[in-house]
Amino acid sequence: MRFLCLYKPSHAEGVPPTQEQMTAMGKLIAEDMKSGVLLATEGCLPSAKGARVRMTSGKFTVTDGPFAEAKELVGGFALIQAKSKAEAIEYVKRFLKVAGDGETEVRQVYEADDIPA
Amino acid sequence: MTATDTHRAIDAVWRIESPRLIAGLTRITGDVGLAEDLAQDALVAALEQWPQSGIPDNPGAWLMTTGKRRAIDAFRRNQRVDRKHEELGRELVERELTVPDVASALDDTIGEDLLRLVFIACHPVLSTDAQVALTLRLLGGLTTDEIARAYLVPEATIAQRIVRAKRTLSEKHIPFEVPRGKELETRLASVLAVIYLIFNEGYSATAGDDWLRPTLCDEALRLGRILAELAPKEPEVHGLVALMEIQASRAKARVGPSGEPILLFDQKRELWDHLLIHRGFAALDRAEKLDRAWGSYRFQAEIAACHARARTPEETDWTRMVELYSQFSAASGSPIVELNRAVAVSMASGPQAGLQIVDELRSEPALKGYHLLPSVRGDLLKKLGRFDEARLEFESAASMTRNTRERELLLERSRSCAALARGSSAE
Repeated sequence: MRFLCLYKPSHAEGVPPTQEQMTAMGKLIAEDMKSGVLLATEGCLPSAKGARVRMTSGKFTVTDGPFAEAKELVGGFALIQAKSKAEAIEYVKRFLKVAGDGETEVRQVYEADDIPA
Repeated sequence: MTATDTHRAIDAVWRIESPRLIAGLTRITGDVGLAEDLAQDALVAALEQWPQSGIPDNPGAWLMTTGKRRAIDAFRRNQRVDRKHEELGRELVERELTVPDVASALDDTIGEDLLRLVFIACHPVLSTDAQVALTLRLLGGLTTDEIARAYLVPEATIAQRIVRAKRTLSEKHIPFEVPRGKELETRLASVLAVIYLIFNEGYSATAGDDWLRPTLCDEALRLGRILAELAPKEPEVHGLVALMEIQASRAKARVGPSGEPILLFDQKRELWDHLLIHRGFAALDRAEKLDRAWGSYRFQAEIAACHARARTPEETDWTRMVELYSQFSAASGSPIVELNRAVAVSMASGPQAGLQIVDELRSEPALKGYHLLPSVRGDLLKKLGRFDEARLEFESAASMTRNTRERELLLERSRSCAALARGSSAE
């Protein structure tokens, strides 16, 4: 099973990680990549470089960053492979211990066998 | 967290931590069977305590400490006449408990232990079936029931197989070590063979089978990748991993809506998993950097990679394919590889060139009764417009295969040749 993990840090944007955190994160990513648990991952650049695109009844509204609400801001994503949701959650916990306080939304993603014929 | 949530979480932790736990306990006790029992004891303790205390920060370390304590208890309870032996055992175990958990030192030890566990599970003193079952159990963390369902055999069969395997390792005093020198090569070959066997078992799963069967591919991939980290200087490990990653990348494209197999050239390539293909290429890079002679898995992986690079069947680099097969055939001396080379040559230089090679293989004793020989010959003859001869070859091939679906396909092709023969003779 594959899971999309969206990490939303508790702290406000712009707080750079410590050297210790970066080393620990680098190590975790390398381990999980090599074992095939981690299929893809990236951190997001500051929201000032991003935008929100909304469509309502066919009409678009584009709002450029930065965005203020810390709790809703995606800090990074990971696509992981696990045998079950419980296993995915365990891996996410290990990531959070390194990444710091925040919330990760874990969503199982479609794979071809899930799509009804 | 509800009780069920906690149990599921503990199960997940167990699956992640149990191989390292069993490996470490085997080193301490010297016995795989005892180590697994102690590991199970630690799991029971976790199931008793963690629902109340919560899952510890470092669950792996908690389990290892608990396992080690149980090991000491076991040594103490042991009613041995030889007191010196008993004391030695206790000293060893107590020393283990006091070694400080320096992170990197621990990692190296655990890595080495895990590698030892891989080799002992695949020891040649055990039958291949036993090696497979033991590997899936100790290194995959699969339950007896899961293994049984994946292999479509009764649970009792697997349970017995595992019990007997552990007893054999114990009785023959098989050492817990990583083989060295020339022995390493042969022993590693059996480890890779076991992993690839597991992969192929999963790969051959069909729609009606238990849903666990295809997960064997994931298990084999996981084991291969772990082995690649434990033995990074072995090119055939990277070769096997590359081969499995690329084959697994085609999983969704290989099977049609009614479960029928779809051949490589008929597959929808947009369904190929490019994340896995990318991983396959990365594994091949690692093999390449080791700069050693190519082994069988490396060759097969390079051939699979050659197909994977083509966005459409027409874009296949047949020149490179011919080159790869030529080297593979020369290195392996295998007539089956030579037959595949004939197919590649026919794609690069036309059916006549391929037929010349196939014709030389007809006298090859190893290919007697091998249905793909007449099947390939039939294909080439059909392309050359020699329909009657082609029909005979397909019929011959159909009679050689026990696989009903395969036979049907071959008979279908022979019928189409008959129709073409009639059509061309009617002109």
